[in-house]
Amino acid sequence: MARLFGVRMAGMTVTIMVMVLALAAPFIDLLVWLGGVRWLGAYAVAGGMAMASVAVAVGIVGVLFRLVGPRRTRAASQVLAALVGGAFAVAVQFAAMAGSGRAIMSRIEVTGLWLGDADSPWLWPARAATGEVGPLVAMLGASGGMLGLAILAMAPRFGRQVLAASEVTAAVPGPLRGPMRGRSRWRGASPAQALRRKEWTLLLRDPWLLSQTLMQLLYLLPVGYMLWLNFYRATGASAFLVPIMIVTAGQLGGGLAWLAVSAEDAPELIATAPVAGGTVLRAKTTAVLGGIGVIFGPFVLVLAALAPADGLAALGGVTAAAASATAIQYWFRTQVKRSLFRRRQTSSKVATIAEALSSTGWAATGALAAAPTWLALVPGALVLVILAGVWAISPGREARGI
Amino acid sequence: MNDGVIAAAALEIRGLAKRFERPAVDGLDLVVPAGEFYMLLGPNGAGKTTTLRLVTGLLRPDRGTISVFGIDALADPIAARRIMAWVSDEPMIYDKLTPLEFLEFVAGLWGIAAVVARVRASDLLDRLGLAPHADERCERLSKGMRQKVALAAALVHEPRLIILDEPFTGLDAASSRVVKDVLRARVRAGCSVIMTTHILDVAERMADRIGVIAQGRLIANGTLDGLRAQAGSGDGSLEDVFLALVAQDGGR
Repeated sequence: MARLFGVRMAGMTVTIMVMVLALAAPFIDLLVWLGGVRWLGAYAVAGGMAMASVAVAVGIVGVLFRLVGPRRTRAASQVLAALVGGAFAVAVQFAAMAGSGRAIMSRIEVTGLWLGDADSPWLWPARAATGEVGPLVAMLGASGGMLGLAILAMAPRFGRQVLAASEVTAAVPGPLRGPMRGRSRWRGASPAQALRRKEWTLLLRDPWLLSQTLMQLLYLLPVGYMLWLNFYRATGASAFLVPIMIVTAGQLGGGLAWLAVSAEDAPELIATAPVAGGTVLRAKTTAVLGGIGVIFGPFVLVLAALAPADGLAALGGVTAAAASATAIQYWFRTQVKRSLFRRRQTSSKVATIAEALSSTGWAATGALAAAPTWLALVPGALVLVILAGVWAISPGREARGI
Repeated sequence: MNDGVIAAAALEIRGLAKRFERPAVDGLDLVVPAGEFYMLLGPNGAGKTTTLRLVTGLLRPDRGTISVFGIDALADPIAARRIMAWVSDEPMIYDKLTPLEFLEFVAGLWGIAAVVARVRASDLLDRLGLAPHADERCERLSKGMRQKVALAAALVHEPRLIILDEPFTGLDAASSRVVKDVLRARVRAGCSVIMTTHILDVAERMADRIGVIAQGRLIANGTLDGLRAQAGSGDGSLEDVFLALVAQDGGR
């Protein structure tokens, strides 16, 4: 079993190495061309990083297995991986914004100062990449050591964990366990309520979708930080939060609406149910807007308590952005599998652009309304014009012969 | 073409037509009496599935009428859907719901009270051998189990007319037997079943009456004996009868 685990770890390491090198090779080659062959060390560093990251990842999964059990480890690790990746991208943007106006190289120097002097072990990977033999050997040794330790530490548990995971997959609960005996999730449900609850249940149970949604929110943090730097520090007003909330609501609303409208996994069931098409659409819309309300409601309330005008502007903007994004998803709906969420934004470029323009337009409207100024009407009117134009060219409208 | 006395019709189709690139259903007339197990047979591309999809409202016909227990399914589709159930060959269920949740959701769509839905769902899962998996998410079930979940969902609102398109696809022998038993029990209880299948043994053993469709038209309709007489194949098996009827129609 230990040997099998070692082979799987090696396979993972090679896969990650190939992926990293495929991305980094053009840059490394450029460095070699401009800076000399010593930069070939960067290839070795990429390999070492792959080994270290596999070791860390396996360690984290092992800990998660113990903490949350096999059933939740997969979901938790997916969310964690998305957050780590997103946080890294966000951190880079924060670093860039913190040193705005300075060159990248000087920022590296700043980072170097923060990490310590040039002999600091934190800088060994950077020095190894430039071809310094000592740090390169040390780094490869440390990475290989980490991987070896991870294999040695985790291999004895590997068999048990595989068994536990397969038991979860093939779990055979008794006939009267869990919901069979408990109260119904759909108690007292009307068709519309049943549809809404189904949508919310599916959303909450999909860790991949959850992680994607969280990442969308995470990526907006740098924007908020930038606005805070340039606006709040100067004026002390909380209105800078209004456009951030509106853009986020628009993006999130678009994603949720796509899931509810286009990513219906049982379209024939819904189409053959004794429920009018309008009822289905209304139920799905309210499911999306309800979800947005649950997420943004507390923020809007807090903002309204601090500054009622800002809260009102946020409420109007969040509602308008989410409703607009939902409408765009209806107009451009296509029946696809839920698992194609990643390709949502490439399926219709018009819908994607319209969604982005609508969100940013409502954000501008909200920000100006919170100012407050009548100029807020200008971007608001523009968004309405855009929405009307998008509706006019939407395939759904053509298909209905409107 | 019809034999036997037709009482209240579970399904009555008149002059039904649907054209895609070529006519898929071409002026089809069909009457299925209530309380019958009716098999719709035909070669690939004959128009069986299109016919069933037209009846369930998944497709809109170019012309013709569809009546389900006297309800005009084209004029009042909601009323017709309320008493119908559709099971396709590809089980369409939600991976992230458990079978029990899925059945309760479907019952909710049909406006069944939650308490009643719980009892019916538990009973159906038990009958179909799915009770041990009632709490597992559907994503972990085999294709055969998923097919049984889809069937259970179709039955949970106790439809008067059940329409199934190749329901035995992906089912093992034991599961097929269970599904057949459940469907037979429904027919005994007064329900009507219309089913397509390519497994002629199943059709021969289960059907009260059989319709043979080719090129979008009903070319034969009746009991097995009636079809034998029409095909002139003595006491041949349904396979012999079916092939003879299709060959006769092809020769026209």
